[in-house]
Amino acid sequence: MAIRDKLSGNEAVAVAMRQIDPDVVAAFPITPSTEVPQYFSQFVADGKVHTEFVPVESEHSAMSACIGSESAGGRTMTATSANGLALMWEMLYIAASSRLPIVLSVVNRALSGPINIHNDHSDSMGARDSGWIQLYCEDNQEAYDNVIQAIRIGEHPDVNLPVMVCFDGFITSHSVENIELLEDDKVKNFVGSYHPKEYLLKRETPIAVGPLDLQPHYFEHKRSQAEGMTNSKKVILDVAKEFQKMAGREYGFFEEYRMDDAEVGIIVLNSTAGTAKTVVDDLRDKGVKAGLIKIRVFRPFPFEELGKAVSGLKALAVMDKSDGFAAMGGPVFNDVRSAMFDYAKDVPCINYIYGLGGRDVRADDIAKVYADLGKIAETGKVKSTFNYLGVRE
Amino acid sequence: MAYNLKESTKKPDRLTGGHRMCAGCGAPVVVRTILRAVKEEDHAVVGAATGCLEVSTCLYPFTAWKDSFIHSAFENAGATVSGAEAAYTAMKKTGKVEGDTKFIAFGGDGGTYDIGLQSLSGAMERGHDMVYVCYDNEAYMNTGIQRSSSTPKYADTTTSPAGTVIPGKPQFKKDLTEVMVAHHLPYVAQSAPMTNFKDLYDKAEKAIYTKGPAFLNVLAPCPRGWRYDTPMLMDIIKLAVDSCVWPLYEVVEGEYKLTYRPKIKVPVADYLKPQGRFRHLFKSDVGAEMLKDLQKEVDRRWENLLKLCGE
Amino acid sequence: MSDKKRRFVFTPESTWEEMPEGGLILDAGNADDFLTGDWRNIKPIWHEDKCKQCMLCYPVCPDSSIEVEDGKMTGIDYDHCKGCGVCAHACKFGAIDMVDEAE
Repeated sequence: MAIRDKLSGNEAVAVAMRQIDPDVVAAFPITPSTEVPQYFSQFVADGKVHTEFVPVESEHSAMSACIGSESAGGRTMTATSANGLALMWEMLYIAASSRLPIVLSVVNRALSGPINIHNDHSDSMGARDSGWIQLYCEDNQEAYDNVIQAIRIGEHPDVNLPVMVCFDGFITSHSVENIELLEDDKVKNFVGSYHPKEYLLKRETPIAVGPLDLQPHYFEHKRSQAEGMTNSKKVILDVAKEFQKMAGREYGFFEEYRMDDAEVGIIVLNSTAGTAKTVVDDLRDKGVKAGLIKIRVFRPFPFEELGKAVSGLKALAVMDKSDGFAAMGGPVFNDVRSAMFDYAKDVPCINYIYGLGGRDVRADDIAKVYADLGKIAETGKVKSTFNYLGVRE
Repeated sequence: MAYNLKESTKKPDRLTGGHRMCAGCGAPVVVRTILRAVKEEDHAVVGAATGCLEVSTCLYPFTAWKDSFIHSAFENAGATVSGAEAAYTAMKKTGKVEGDTKFIAFGGDGGTYDIGLQSLSGAMERGHDMVYVCYDNEAYMNTGIQRSSSTPKYADTTTSPAGTVIPGKPQFKKDLTEVMVAHHLPYVAQSAPMTNFKDLYDKAEKAIYTKGPAFLNVLAPCPRGWRYDTPMLMDIIKLAVDSCVWPLYEVVEGEYKLTYRPKIKVPVADYLKPQGRFRHLFKSDVGAEMLKDLQKEVDRRWENLLKLCGE
Repeated sequence: MSDKKRRFVFTPESTWEEMPEGGLILDAGNADDFLTGDWRNIKPIWHEDKCKQCMLCYPVCPDSSIEVEDGKMTGIDYDHCKGCGVCAHACKFGAIDMVDEAE
């Protein structure tokens, strides 16, 4: 029997962490993720978990301690945002290359500068090459569900990679919404215990982690790491199937909303998808064949699946809540376009960079996007590939 | 158990030969003694910061460490090992590990005095049951002898060269041992591998078997960077200690204790003369003035220490 | 040369699939298999008759190359000794001499 509750995203994630009861949580506070370690340390103080909570003195030390802990054989979790993620940047790469299934909640916040504590995706997008699996969440329910699944995905012996679960700062992390929680024992049974094959504390077979790896060896180790990411695609779907059996909620690489006969569509991540879904519904009521795709799994990128999913559209817009400053649009746009070259070459695809630094994005903004797409679908002509939505110009 | 060098040789070496440290390097000499203080039946998890020791002892596909070893990055040996220690505490609660495991982090002066200082301070302040050993060779040796805050004043390094205008490093050596004493740890000590190694072994044993965080600062001469005749390793150490440049002392729960007092206090110049990195101090009158400057500071710090130790 | 059984032995033909994941080294202490003895220009000669078994050479060797058994020195590990000369210099009884490697 599911437990109905009203929780903010941060609290929901903290509850998931309590139910998972990891061996170690090493975390440093940064707005708006701070509440995750705060709620969790209350669980620790009240003896509700066996976890060792390590209040480290910086985010770089947080990921370092997580690497030490996971290498030692302990299931390890943490949380951060923006410049905290940036400070642990070198350690993210090391966690992935050492094949450590750490689970990190990234409460998406704009990377400085200038300093801004509000939501955009520049932090996790900046880490997209770090070798971490990236799951994106529309709301508190998805954040809760994804954190639980992340443990199983990362720890799978075919994967052995760290996972970051990303949800919007303040919008999702602090808004209190309805949620369906699972019972403690259900989560406990779902995640099981962590049984790494090799770990520092295994007395019978001591190992060395993190050697100097010169030209004859580095490339092979990275090739092996790439295989783990490729393998994770199947594992992500298998875990989602198992999760659906237990919880009744369905997950895949992405959610297709009213895409069956859609002619105009957008690709969007996290909370904006919620706003956009209401726009799609309004348009459908007016007879416009609108749809949207909400990406859940950004790394590994569902190249073939996403490329095929948009191939039936007459016009597509990719919404990026971060700017890669590549002078060619945002990161999601570029990955999608690349997949479309193989599977949806003829579909006109344009980019909107929006919402930077927590700039509000409203239903009428998104309606404007669909209006632009409508014109493209009609005329077959693209006036402007690279666009900004909501900036004063 | 009282230290007996002969008895201690019966313990198996936890660091094998076959590592790539330079011939005559002081660092593995320090490491071997520290590890020898671990009881035979105890397990150890060793961590190291990037540096001479780490790259030479753990170069794929070889590891010279018989115990489990972890390296993650340059500035975080303290944090990394503290994470492993936290996992151990948690896993003991659930019965996933048994027996006693000792956590020992090694860092050079680069990874400890400078870039690793925050991580060390945090790990020690949090009270993890671990030992941090700094093997101090007084410069960033692994990357080619660049100055660190541990480099002595006037020493010639590649980023503080003895030039015609500036005669080597302008700053006095940072006193990291005192910084760690200010953390109010159960055990802090300064030592060196000297004569029969009793000082270092006893301190290693105390550090490892005192519950909570412990810090050891150990002098580890570098024949390449200090430019002395390689076989003289033990002589150089004895001179460093007998000139009171590197006093041997310990602070147990805040109580200072001098563990070695030289019978004859040797002039600093005698310690510096065999080292090529101080050669420019012996070439001119200006150099002679610098030697006086150094002697004055050594004497000042030594007198302070004697007072603290109640001598 | 060590005759220990190794869980993984790297060769120049080892493929990425054969190599343990994550760059892990599964054989603790396998550096023993790497012979640094060929670094030497000069080598120590141990004169057993002069040796007082004081053990002062044992801890000063950076390469764990003073061989001891049951509290007594038995020889020098020439597989790993790099010829640094620290042991010879530390010996008070002239029981270790450094000679040219060619000898």
